[in-house]
Order: sequence, then C-alpha cells, then structure tokens
Amino acid sequence: MTRTQESNVFENVVCSFCGCLCDDLAVEVDGGRITRVRRACANGRGLFTHYDPSPRRPRVNGREVDWDEAVAEAARILSASDSPLIYGLSSTATEAQRKAVELADRLGAMIDTTSSVCHGPTGLAMQAVGEPTCTLGEVRNRADLLVFWGCNPAVSHIRHFSRYSVTPKGMLTPNGRRDRTLVVVDVRPTGSTKMADLFLQVKPGSDFEVLTALRALVGGKELDAEAVGGVPLSQLRDLAERMKTCRFGVAFMGMGLTQTGGRDLNVSELFTLVAELNAHTRFTVIPMRGHGNVAGADQVVTWQSGYPFAVSYSRGYPRYGPGEFSAVDVLARGEADAALIVASDPVAHFPKAAAQQLERIPVIALDPMPSLTTEVAQVVFPTACYGVDAAGTAYRMDGVPIRLRPVLPSVRPTDEKVLGDISALVQPGMVM
Amino acid sequence: MLGILNGRVYDPINGVNGEVKDLWIEDGRVVAPSDVDRGGAQTIDATDLVVMPGGVDVHSHFAGAKVNSGRKFRPEDHRGHVRARGSTPDGSDTRWRGGRMGMTRSGVGYTTPTTHLTGYLYAEMGYTTVMEAASAPLVARHTHEEFDDVPILDKGAYITMGNNHFIMRCIRDGEREKARDYVAWLLDATKGYAIKVVNPGGVENWKWGQNVARLDDEVIGFGVTPRQILTTLSWINDDLGLPHVPHLHSLNLGQAGNVPSTIEVIEALDGRRAHICHLQFFSYGGEPGKMPRSGAVEIAQAVNAHPLLTVDVGQVIFGEATTMTSDGPLQYRLHQLTGNKWLNDDVEGETGGGLVPVLYKRSNAFNAVQWLTGMELFLLIEDPWRVFLTTDHPNAGPFFYYPRVIKLLMDRDYRAEALAGISARVRRGALLPELDREYSLYEIAIITRAGTARVLGLKNKGHLGVGADADVTIYAPLEDKEEMFAHPRYVLKDGEVVVKDGRLVSERPGRTFYVSPPHDPGIEADIRAHFETCYSMSFDNYPVQPEYLPHGDVVACAGGGH
Repeated sequence: MTRTQESNVFENVVCSFCGCLCDDLAVEVDGGRITRVRRACANGRGLFTHYDPSPRRPRVNGREVDWDEAVAEAARILSASDSPLIYGLSSTATEAQRKAVELADRLGAMIDTTSSVCHGPTGLAMQAVGEPTCTLGEVRNRADLLVFWGCNPAVSHIRHFSRYSVTPKGMLTPNGRRDRTLVVVDVRPTGSTKMADLFLQVKPGSDFEVLTALRALVGGKELDAEAVGGVPLSQLRDLAERMKTCRFGVAFMGMGLTQTGGRDLNVSELFTLVAELNAHTRFTVIPMRGHGNVAGADQVVTWQSGYPFAVSYSRGYPRYGPGEFSAVDVLARGEADAALIVASDPVAHFPKAAAQQLERIPVIALDPMPSLTTEVAQVVFPTACYGVDAAGTAYRMDGVPIRLRPVLPSVRPTDEKVLGDISALVQPGMVM
Repeated sequence: MLGILNGRVYDPINGVNGEVKDLWIEDGRVVAPSDVDRGGAQTIDATDLVVMPGGVDVHSHFAGAKVNSGRKFRPEDHRGHVRARGSTPDGSDTRWRGGRMGMTRSGVGYTTPTTHLTGYLYAEMGYTTVMEAASAPLVARHTHEEFDDVPILDKGAYITMGNNHFIMRCIRDGEREKARDYVAWLLDATKGYAIKVVNPGGVENWKWGQNVARLDDEVIGFGVTPRQILTTLSWINDDLGLPHVPHLHSLNLGQAGNVPSTIEVIEALDGRRAHICHLQFFSYGGEPGKMPRSGAVEIAQAVNAHPLLTVDVGQVIFGEATTMTSDGPLQYRLHQLTGNKWLNDDVEGETGGGLVPVLYKRSNAFNAVQWLTGMELFLLIEDPWRVFLTTDHPNAGPFFYYPRVIKLLMDRDYRAEALAGISARVRRGALLPELDREYSLYEIAIITRAGTARVLGLKNKGHLGVGADADVTIYAPLEDKEEMFAHPRYVLKDGEVVVKDGRLVSERPGRTFYVSPPHDPGIEADIRAHFETCYSMSFDNYPVQPEYLPHGDVVACAGGGH
C-alpha cells in the first residue's frame, strides 16, 4: 500500500472482506474519515464506509467499563470455565488468531473457526484425497477452462471474474475473456451462470452423481444413462472432453458442494476428478473461501495445533474432531460452559439449539461492529478493524498472505492486544 | 558469566579435537578466559562430557506454506505423536507456571510437527540453527510468520528461483546483470537467506504437464535451458557475494539411472561453488523405469573430484515420511507410483510444489537401495567438510532420527546389523559391507555443525572460538551413540541453558538470518511492469515488511555492490 501525502489517498489498499483480498483499492481519507473508496466492489466498499472508527468503551453486563476491567472479567469467566469454547477468527488477522490458539492451549479449551460451517468439508476432502491447486496468478496467466461449481461469485466474490479468473489478460491468455471457456455448474440460474459459456443445471443433491459420471467419462468409460443428476449425457460428455483437452483447467468450488448432502464426499469426488485430469492435461482446483481471513485461520490453527479447525485442548494437547469439537456441536450438546467469540456472529448464524446455548452461558465477544452475538455477550470488546484502522496479516483463498495496513489512525485496541491481555491473566481451573 | 569447565571439546573450525578445556560465556558470546572474572561466575562441570557447538542444519523443511499443507493434510501423522502443554513438570520454577500445566506449548506431529514442537524437538537434540530449505517468494511472508512461532532456533529461508519468469526472461535476453539485480531485490523483498534452485526449468515445464531430463532441454515458452539457469544463478551468487552458495535440488530426483544427469550437473558446476542437497536421491544407477542400484561410487568420485562442491545426504529413515518439494512433476510421479494422496501447488511465475506421504520399508527393494545409497555416500565422500547430515526432513524421514544416522556412521557393527535387515536382493552384491570407515566425534562435529555453518557463511555459528554465539551442546560420552546424541546433558542457546538432561527448561525466541544485497534501483520499474502483467498481487504489497522479522539479523554480503 502506498500513500500519496498531498491528497491523503492510499493506493494499493487491501480489502479484507472476502477471500479475494483484492489489493488494488484506492481509499481517500479526509479529517479522519473515509470519504471515497475506488475499485472496491459493493461488499468491499461497505467494509470501509460502514465502519465507525470512533473509540468505544468495552461493556460488561451492559455497563461501559475500562478496558482493564473488561479484560479482568473475561479472564475471570474463562478461568472459572471447565469447558470453554473459542470460536470465529475468520475476520481477524493472523496475529490475533495466533493469540487465540495460544489462549486455547493455555485454557485447555476447544477452538473452532467459521470453516466448520463453511469449507470445513473441503478440509476433510483435502485430508482424504489431497488437493491439486495453484495460486490465482496462475489462473490469470494460464487457464483456458474455468469450471465454477456450487458457487456464485457474482454475489459472494464480486471481483473474482474480473481480477483473477475470467476476464484478465495474462501470459497465455492475451485476449482475456475470449481466450477462456467459462463453465458454471449450479442447481439454479444465478448471476454467475448468466456470464457462462456453458451452464450445467444439476438437480439439487445430485452433485456427487454428476461428478462421478464425469470421472467415468474422463476415464474413458461408457455410461448407460440419458442423463445424470438432471444433466443430459451429451452435456457431460462435452464437458469431460473439454476438461481433457484444455491447456490449463481450473475448478472453483463453493458451499453448493460443502453444505449439501454428501458434503466432504462431494468435494473429494471433485478433487479426485481434478487429480485424474492431470493424466491428460494440467488441471487444478481452488476453494472459494468466503471470509477475508478464513484461509489464514486454517493456516494458523494448523501450524500451532496440527489441525485446521475443530480442535480440543482439553487433555493438554491438540485433538481433532469435526462433529465432535466443532462449535455447533459442542454448543448444541450443551458442553461448552463459556464462549469467547472473535469477529464472528454465531448467534445470528448458528442453528437454533447452538445459538440458544450461547444465551445460557457466559459469552465474551470481540468485534469491531455490533452484532446479535455482542447483544447477548456478557463482555464486549469493540476492537479495531484490521485493514481499516489496524495492521495485520490475512491469507487469500489460494494461501497467499498479504499485509493489511490501516488507512485510519489506530485508536481502538486490536483483537491481538485484547487476546494477549486476557491470556496473560487467565488462571485455568481457578475461580478468581 | 558462565563457565563450562573441564569438558572434552570438539571444535573443528578451531582445530580443537577432544582437548580438555574450559569455555567461558558472557552476554551470549564465547569470551577469552583472560577476560573472565571468575568470582561469582556460574559453572557447569563438564568433566568427562563432550562439548560441541550447537547443531546447524543446512537443509530441513520445517516452516512455511508447504510444510503447513503437510500438517493439514496428514491428521493421521499426528495421532499418537503428541506433547502436552508444559511437559517440563518442574513446578518449582516459576517461569513454567501459567496455563493448565506450564509455559511450554503443546504440539503434535511425527513427520510434520507443529511449529513450537519443532523448536523443542530440535533443541532437545542439541540443534540450535536450522535453515528452511525452500520457500516460494510469493508466500515468504508465511514462512516468516511461522518462524516467529518456532522458539529457540536461529533460522533462515532459502528462496526458490530456478523457475522464475523474470530470471528466465533476463537469461533469454542475455541480461545477466539485470537478473543479478533482480535476485538481490528478491532476496531483500522476501527476507531470504540464499538462492534455492529446484529442478531448474522442470517446474515451469510441469505447468505444461512436462518436465526436463537433461541440462540442455528447453524450458517451454522461454527458450532457455536448465544449464543456463544454473550457471547464471551460480554467477549471480558469487557476484553478490552471498554468504551461502547456490543451494541446488538437481534434475531427475528419485529416478533410477539418474547418475549421468547428476554427473552432468556436477561438471557444469566445475570451478563454481555450489551445494547439492539430498544427494542420495540423485545417486541411482541402473536404467530409467527399472529397479535402481546404488550409484554412490560414481557420484562420490565426482564429488571428491570437485573441491568447491558441498552436499548433504538426505539419508532415508525406514518408516513414515512426508515428501514435500517444489519439484511439482516429481510429486505427481510419486502420487502415480504410490497411489497416495497428492497435493500440488503451482505458484504464479515463480515455482510450484507438491506433497505425497510415503512409507519407506526395509523389505522394499527400491527403499533399501535408497537407504544403502545414502550410507555409501557418507562413507565414500572423503572430506567431511563437504558432506553433511540431513534426512531432507521430512522427505527421507523426520529430523529427530539424526542420532540414529550418527550411530550408523560411528558404529560399523550397528551398521552391519541394520544392513542385515534390508531386502536380501539389495544386500547381495552391495558395497556397503566392505566399507569399514567409522566416523569419529570430530568428524560428526564437522558434518552436523562446523561444516554446515561454514558453507552457510554463518561466522558466529558452528564453532566455540572467542566471539562465537554461545550455542553449546554437551553430551555424555555414551557407547550407544544414538542415545548420546538424542539426549544431550545440556543445550545452551545464546549462553542460556535451554535443555538440561534431555528436557527443555527454558524458552526464548530465535533469530531470523537474512541477506540484503544492494541492487540497482533502476530495475524496480521493470519489476513493477512484470508484476502488472504476471502477478495477482501488487508490486507495492509484495515485499515482506520489517514487522515480520521481530528478531531479524542481517548477514553481510561480500559483493562489490553498486
């Protein structure tokens, strides 16, 4: 990021809204306020313009208190807990994520990220069959066939097509859009399917079957069916042929695969198809990670605990248990007796039984913005927003780490600072 | 002030071979005995103990994007190989209070340990400096983030450059000075320590589903050859005066009959300084596609004849391993050979990489040849200053088996026992039973610290002379050399005891070594233009910011500069 002093315009600003981490924004600041955001999509612009950076005091049981007092109360709650849960982390920086995992280790807590309700099954598939992937610049420079499966970037990752995948001109794609074939696979027409050269409409719940059929066709087998999962065989044959004969193919996949029946099995089937295509040409896959630093949360939790999400430190060392130690499950089963929520809103997004548990147990929330979770929390820390008024690190959907730098003066404490302060005070197993 | 008294000191850089000496330490450095005020000094009685500099690992994949992918995609690797938090149960030491059971972090992982556990395991084995063998430039920031979570160890990162588009274009256009300035810029931008070359040109060709097999094959789309890439980077390395030599992963790794291409590479490097890593994987005789035999004799002969060349072995450890390398086509081949899960990661305009879990079995003839080849290389390469102990962690096996390799080198009876356990088909006709050489403690000190520190150009490491960093490992002189080297009595880092009787007793952050050779700033406009046409990240956001090196330590280059 560079800053032009005269006009207070920051160039090459990174937007941390989604997993694209576009780093070409221009943000104008005047009088401590963001007055203009250029090149951002609607989602990204909101991140900068909807945030009010004015200092706010933390709250304990609805009462405004000093930061030290809130930290002490958070530490008291966590120290008194026998089964604390730390959750969220996808919209904060790796510096804070590192402190959060350290705190989990210290507390003997369970720690989980929003991956478990998003691309967690993608992680399970990667653990089962591997993952042939590449960085987004390779897509720009080489890809002549793009297959978007179960995702709708026109809404969720608005600049993906223009910046990384469909229209940019690259080394082997000098004509941009004209050098690429865009295939979209989904259960219904969407904003993304409208832009596609080919749209394969799959019957809901049939992705696994369709992927299996494609694997068979790519493998040279004949299918005795007129259609699979609502897709005519001729269309599948055509796609299989395109996949085998392209120069460099890339599949992008989203929650249409991870959060429908079959989940990780759907993703494993896609990853296996992609791996098998490498016997014919080069083919890779990139998961469309949602939140700005959810990929970083996977990385940090993995490098400190060995596992990407759903980790329990209750025995003093990390154990992995998606479905066992994932936040929805430990809340719905009533196991968690205190929760620390970082930059996430599970009260709004979790299934009812899990959300209700959050209203029964003490909750500590760190969030730059008010949310339903901060509404129910006993302790609320209105922290700084990484990439707007705090510096930190985020990982793009393809694993590329980028420095987020503030465009506004840092006034509020960061998640990293608050988590570090809590960590220094906790005395697990003791009532303070 | 700390004195280590009466120990048998092995300090090959200073020619000290088992002499009984006192060692004095102040402010993290070794000081001259004459400068010492002995009143009130703490002392360690090292009578009858063996004193060496802290271990220096020249090649290990222990931190960064590739390693973390290995951790993530191998949960089965971690099961049962765990360490609980605060596993030093010394409750009387207040430094260890806090949290449920103490200050040290918990961790898991057999072939791919978590960051903190990696630091602890290395330190407990008496190693205090470890170099990360390959970091893609684009994700160097990740490597540095993990470095900050690896305690105790001093470290540095090798930056992969053997398939870099900017460099290959410069070579094509005959602009090697421009390539040199770019390399200087890139090392500074990534806060890297050395030039790493992995299968030059082969990784770029893999992006077309192909590879290179010989030094004069063509890199698709660039019209350059692996030979040109290698010799240009070697010239750049010397011209910039980098502290380390070019660190080379050669062509045809792991393939039967790769001896000729390895010899070709060694000859191409004639008269130049270079390091070939995990040489064992490049030393197979026989014919391509068939069962190999050890090619150690031919390769060792070539190494012996090229005095500017250093190597590390990459000794195979039987059992589980996780292969991880920037050599993308190799990893795909391994995936097809083993049927094991495969991770690939092509990095824009720079490099690629992949991971495949493997299991080395004594009964498997190919694996037995790999083990045998490594052993023979250790014993046939004459100069210990030019052959170093590695397992190419975790490619040929986990680093914490180094003590076992030391025992194999120091104890020929143990070696004979080990040999008896491998595939009979491979054992028959093998040269190894005829190799009687046993490494001495002095030679072990060379291949595990003195030689590696020297080739890395780390002047304060690998020795115990006045001014050296006070990284010291003290061993009990046991008959069982594996036990001796696995559980040092004391390990000191920067003069502080971090390990006592094989257990961690304190923790401190380690340094990150990097280089910052000067470059012609005029080149930045070209690099910026290259970013605009090739990269998905802006030029301005690419360089690793100083915030990522809270314990950074710049190592001087000897180049002329600009």
